[in-house]
Amino acid sequence: MSLIKEMLSYTFLLRAIIVGGLVSLCAAVLGVPLVLKRYSMIGDGLSHVGFGALAVAAAMNAAPLSVAIPVVVAAAFLLLRLSASGKVKGDAAIAVVSTGSLALGVIVISLSTGMNTETSNYLFGSILSMSEEDVRLSLILTALVLLLFIIFYHHIFAVTFDETFARATGKRAGACNALLALLTALTVVVGMRLMGSLLISGLVIFPALSAMRLCREFRHVIIVSSALSLVCFLLGTVASFALAIPTGASVVCVDILALLGCFGLGRLRERG
Amino acid sequence: MALISCRDLCLAYEGKIAVDRLSFDVSPGDYLCIVGENGSGKSTLIRALLGLKKPRSGSIQYGDGLKQSEIGYLPQQTPAQKDFPASVREVVLSGCRAAPFYSASEKRRAAENMEKLGLTELKKACYRELSGGQQQRVLLARALCATRKLLLLDEPVTGLDPAVSAELYRIIRDLNEEGVTVVMVTHDVDCAIERARTILHLRTVPLFWGRAEDYRESEIGRSFMASGPEKGGDEA
Repeated sequence: MSLIKEMLSYTFLLRAIIVGGLVSLCAAVLGVPLVLKRYSMIGDGLSHVGFGALAVAAAMNAAPLSVAIPVVVAAAFLLLRLSASGKVKGDAAIAVVSTGSLALGVIVISLSTGMNTETSNYLFGSILSMSEEDVRLSLILTALVLLLFIIFYHHIFAVTFDETFARATGKRAGACNALLALLTALTVVVGMRLMGSLLISGLVIFPALSAMRLCREFRHVIIVSSALSLVCFLLGTVASFALAIPTGASVVCVDILALLGCFGLGRLRERG
Repeated sequence: MALISCRDLCLAYEGKIAVDRLSFDVSPGDYLCIVGENGSGKSTLIRALLGLKKPRSGSIQYGDGLKQSEIGYLPQQTPAQKDFPASVREVVLSGCRAAPFYSASEKRRAAENMEKLGLTELKKACYRELSGGQQQRVLLARALCATRKLLLLDEPVTGLDPAVSAELYRIIRDLNEEGVTVVMVTHDVDCAIERARTILHLRTVPLFWGRAEDYRESEIGRSFMASGPEKGGDEA
């Protein structure tokens, strides 16, 4: 208890907890349709693109998000397009874009500032990096994600379950996919500097997978995924503070433990 | 007036012609079976009827109050659906329009369709845990939420055992007798002739279009039935 009290006395930690909690929530909600549509790696690809964008922004002395947001959103649409066109296989397309951006980012960094702590922070996240601006941004993001997700929930379900049928019955599957890509891109950008661009996709994938093991109704999967993601983030942050380990990595490890637990529970229920 | 009339339809993928010189009508109350071997253009035709594929030339017209988006489509199942966490009720409801939320009448309609297909007791059950036959009934109930007039069924009995297939055919027959027009794509030519009112035999071009009785007597019909087309349906 005293540990938590101590944590809350640091303003930077409080900010990180607010931003991280909100981003975890958004990522968990969006992760469910992404995982079910076999788009899990889009989150991963986007964060690598985000790393490249941050590196370029730093080299140009521009505000990081002013570069990262448009670039990552554009990449999201590109990836979606590539997956849909079928010319390059979806997973290969993502690998091409993400590795390319990572390489570009590394070159830009080494030519400008050189490898330093900031680079490491981009890659693995830093709990110290959250400003008041980030808190405001994450609040807006969360409101946007939850609102749009609730409004288009039934359409998202229909398109995720059966895109062909949804298209045939006049639902706008393309618009639905674009919405998911857009919101995922924004979530990744906002969460990236806290969680690390190499780790942020864990927030998208793990809670959704865990919840899918436990729940038998789509609505419940969304709710459990959000709750689980939030709890794992808080536990991960406390563990990171107590053990003095990086927050992003710590949160992802807690998410993995939760996933293992859910697999175990799912097994037990199948047998029982 | 016909619900659907195709005139001189030509469908192509990247320059390769899949369906050519096809003209046919679907009249209200019809039970039309579209038969043909793998690669004969059946799946492409379905996509065109649903508006997912633009004709290269020719036309598809919808009449008698049918809109393209009001076709009750029963697709073949996708691998992603096998482990999909959703309840029966959620899947059936997803056949309704939702603008953007389900109206009371849409919910009532879903409930009626679940009742009609004997799914009311299963409505909370998880779709992925159902048997193949039950899953098809769920998807059929969803299709009925999307239409009052026309069902378009793509190989509905693929992978089902004979007793379950017979049950599904009986349900489809009943729906047809209640006035729902049925268009079914199938490999299973024997079953098709037994049940259908009209047959369209496709091999890129139409080889036969007419009454099922006439098809049985026709040369093309006799040779196709004798050759015993392969069962199962993994047509691309």
